[in-house]
Amino acid sequence: MSWAWFHKLGSPKWFFSWSKPWALPLFCFGCLSLLIGLVWGLVFAPADYQQGNSFRIIYIHVPVAMLAQSCYLALGAAGFVFLVWQMKMAPVFIKAMAPIGAVMSLVALVSGAIWGKPTWGTWWVWDARLTSVLVLFFLYMGIIALQNSLEDQVLANKAAAVISVVGLINLPVIKYSVVLLETLHQGPTFTLTKKPEMPAEMWLPLLFAVIGLYCFVAGVVLWRMQSEILMSEHRSSWVKQEVTKHGF
Amino acid sequence: MAFNSLTEFLMMGTHGVYVWSAYGFSTLTLVWLVWNTLATRRKTRDTLRKRFLRNQAR
Repeated sequence: MSWAWFHKLGSPKWFFSWSKPWALPLFCFGCLSLLIGLVWGLVFAPADYQQGNSFRIIYIHVPVAMLAQSCYLALGAAGFVFLVWQMKMAPVFIKAMAPIGAVMSLVALVSGAIWGKPTWGTWWVWDARLTSVLVLFFLYMGIIALQNSLEDQVLANKAAAVISVVGLINLPVIKYSVVLLETLHQGPTFTLTKKPEMPAEMWLPLLFAVIGLYCFVAGVVLWRMQSEILMSEHRSSWVKQEVTKHGF
Repeated sequence: MAFNSLTEFLMMGTHGVYVWSAYGFSTLTLVWLVWNTLATRRKTRDTLRKRFLRNQAR
């Protein structure tokens, strides 16, 4: 296997021109798939025999909660890459991804709380799942604050990378908190090894929403990275060309 | 379709207020994220374009 693509990732110029045509199609496909999943889930899927219609919150809650964790996994990987190889694109990625992850974990917390009220009778409990997702939200906020508050950009990037890597320890806590520990939260809907316990007309729309949100986030993160690259590389002549000649 | 009428759909049994507030909050937040992303993109382009044109004039 050739590692050329990995080395090219170190070049902002290469990344910019490679990623430019991908952002919009990914975003549009993501929105479409998300919309199909949500309409299907809200209008056509049957009501749950125990939870009634409040279960329909699953179609937004599960996708954002999955993204909140996946974004962090990507952040941790980028942090590791930066600390080991000092790759230029890694802090750009962290800076672009952290606000998206923060939004995802916030929406997961709020939609979960609203789902909890009719289902458990309470908005919030301090159990392992809910608390560890709250910690995830604070990790994202910490990374954003660090990157924006430290004057020294090199130090800021390093500190953000260190938090990203250290915070990875929180992910298995989130994942296994509903399986191993006492909690009000229901178990996972999708697992790699078993078929979902729901009927297909319930989990298929969820699958559309999950895939849609992944593509939506991919498009958004590419846009954010592209802005970040242009700003940090503004002294290069290719940026000048990009901004003044093309429509961008 | 899981509902017989629009009213029934909006009421969601007794859970309308929960379902719609969860979806409302999620939609607004995601729309804000996209708006923020595109606004940053536009601002970056405008700032840099202005800076280059100013340097060119000098």
